[in-house]
Amino acid sequence: MKEQEIEQQDILDEIVSSEYKYGFVSDIDQEIAPKGLNEDSIRLISSKKNEPAWMLEWRLAAFEKWKTMKEPKWPNVAYPEIDFNDISYYAAPKKKVSPTSLDEVDPELLETFKKLGISLAEQERLTGIAVDAVLDSVSVATTFKDKLASLGIIFCSMSEAIQEHPDLVRSYLGTVVPPSDNFYSALNSAVFTDGSFCFIPKGVRCPMELSTYFRINAKDTGQFERTLIVAEDHSYVSYLEGCTAPMRDENQLHAAVVEIVALEGAEVKYSTVQNWYPGDKEGKGGIYNFVTKRGICKGRNSKISWTQVETGSAITWKYPSVILLGENSIGEFYSVAVTNNHQQADTGTKMIHIGKNSKSRIVSKGISAGLSHNSYRGLVKVQKTAHGARNFSQCDSLLIGSTCGAHTFPYIEVSNNTATVEHEATTSKIGEDVLFYCNQRGISTEEAVALIVNGYCKEVMNQLPMEFAVEAQRLLAVSLEGSVG
Amino acid sequence: MLKITNLHAQIDETPILNGINLTVNPGEVHAIMGPNGSGKSTLASIMAGREDYTITQGSIEFNGKNLLELSPEERAGEGLFLAFQYPVEIPGVSTANFLKTALNEIRKYRSQETIDAMDFLALMKEKSALVELDSTFLQRSLNEGFSGGEKKRNEIFQMAMLEPHLSILDETDSGLDIDALRIVANGVNALRTKENATIVITHYQRLLDYIIPDFVHVLYKGKIVKTGGKELALELEAKGYDWIKETINA
Repeated sequence: MKEQEIEQQDILDEIVSSEYKYGFVSDIDQEIAPKGLNEDSIRLISSKKNEPAWMLEWRLAAFEKWKTMKEPKWPNVAYPEIDFNDISYYAAPKKKVSPTSLDEVDPELLETFKKLGISLAEQERLTGIAVDAVLDSVSVATTFKDKLASLGIIFCSMSEAIQEHPDLVRSYLGTVVPPSDNFYSALNSAVFTDGSFCFIPKGVRCPMELSTYFRINAKDTGQFERTLIVAEDHSYVSYLEGCTAPMRDENQLHAAVVEIVALEGAEVKYSTVQNWYPGDKEGKGGIYNFVTKRGICKGRNSKISWTQVETGSAITWKYPSVILLGENSIGEFYSVAVTNNHQQADTGTKMIHIGKNSKSRIVSKGISAGLSHNSYRGLVKVQKTAHGARNFSQCDSLLIGSTCGAHTFPYIEVSNNTATVEHEATTSKIGEDVLFYCNQRGISTEEAVALIVNGYCKEVMNQLPMEFAVEAQRLLAVSLEGSVG
Repeated sequence: MLKITNLHAQIDETPILNGINLTVNPGEVHAIMGPNGSGKSTLASIMAGREDYTITQGSIEFNGKNLLELSPEERAGEGLFLAFQYPVEIPGVSTANFLKTALNEIRKYRSQETIDAMDFLALMKEKSALVELDSTFLQRSLNEGFSGGEKKRNEIFQMAMLEPHLSILDETDSGLDIDALRIVANGVNALRTKENATIVITHYQRLLDYIIPDFVHVLYKGKIVKTGGKELALELEAKGYDWIKETINA
């Protein structure tokens, strides 16, 4: 090997072996349910959470359905069989399960969040972002609740919402992603332990970013959170979601469901920075991130926008989608998915056009390095009723090195001939010529990759709220440091 | 400033340079001419640090340092600049952002403070005027969709921004019309000082009408076979490279 190649290999090795910085385990007293999935474990979750009878029935019905379903095999990912009986479905910090203010939260827990860079107290004071943090299965603290309440906004944990706002939850839960939708949504419906609930009343523009931070801490547990966002007529909310997990040799399952309902003229912006533990460089451990996210633009002129930066997880399998039911409704999907080492990602979106003049825009940027595989899978479906529907899709792949793979599976089904559907795709590689050019200008290879990748993702990054954009850029740089061959 | 001694280099066992000797002092402009395949661009690439070549013999000393031991980015930090024959395009990265990164990395190498945003803007404004580059270009993705002439002007603009000690212009004149050639040459001339030096690599004499060299070297089969003043370029233009070939092979 020539000197430069050796050096690049060194840098590559260095990053590959660079530690996942969120890999700590918090020493928090946990209450963990015995492993196993059966009616009893579901009843246990429901009773722990003191749920009303209808909720338990809903869970049990979902479980019955799940038993008849099979794991999907069509994604372009490979992993060993998951033993669903070898997972604990409930883990909760023992102390102070429902704090009413930050002072009551276990200090160790607050320390955990500090390590994650989301000191809740600080967030509250400085940034004006309302945060709901979910550790393992239980939502720990929801800041800013009072301020939001004065506007009629409800932002709380799902468990609390089931207690405090049962009618609201009951009328929307499962309406966008029914339990029977797919294998993992059925599983989630049966065993979900917490998540966030967000309700923006008519005409209210939520004055701050709402944010949820998810973290898997306990061993051998799965995380099954459930998020429901309802935006009434002419309301607006921007919602952020971040995720991390400790480093463990075993794979851990994360099967979340997110549902969004946007009524007439409402706009919901949902941003995710997903940094679950991706496993080590040999591909051992890491999170299986099997998530169902879907929104419905129910009313005229409503808009749902998904933005995601996916850098973590051993396997990512998710397709944030929008059902465009309302006339003139708009669905957007902006995605950056990075895979390195042995990571696998099969992600994309579905845009289902039903309403007249509904519009959708898809911008997907895949980046693969190491031995990873990165697939875009997207469906644009235009129903007979969707006169004048328009879609524009752009799917770009960037390859770093020569041992990774990028795949694109665009599906287009159009049943209305007044619709316009455009699809553009490019594949590029960070080549030696470009790196040498940067080097000659004094820019090191590592710096050059960061510069090029950030440039490549700019269109998506620009969609993120400011605070998140900075974090996401840093994450990208860390995930790809020196991954050049 | 630069001292190349008995440099031999090959690519995949094929010798390309066969004993180059060249000394460049501050304030000088050297032109390296030669027929296609004589090793001109290889010499430029090796000086900049491209690793496709194996150095089998010889040395390059730059500002008292062994240039061959430095990485390409360290060479840039030492003040070596290569204007590329084929500049690359980088989508999504504006020329301004690219140059700011480059300038700050070079300053970091020299243990200098990073440049202030306002100072940077002022510097860009001043230097872009040198090569008559419109300021809207600076916000566009680096070289993306630029014409051949614009790319070359951008190279000289970058050279102006980075203020190198030694600039190597690799066939900067190729593909330029006469107006662009004049603009590029004016830029280079405006940047000439007593402290820095320039090596102009070219196939044709016409660039040397605008950038007057102190020395002209003729490279043939990986060796400098003739050195003279600026009149050598004219003689070469008149008699053609066959004249050199005949002289050497005779």
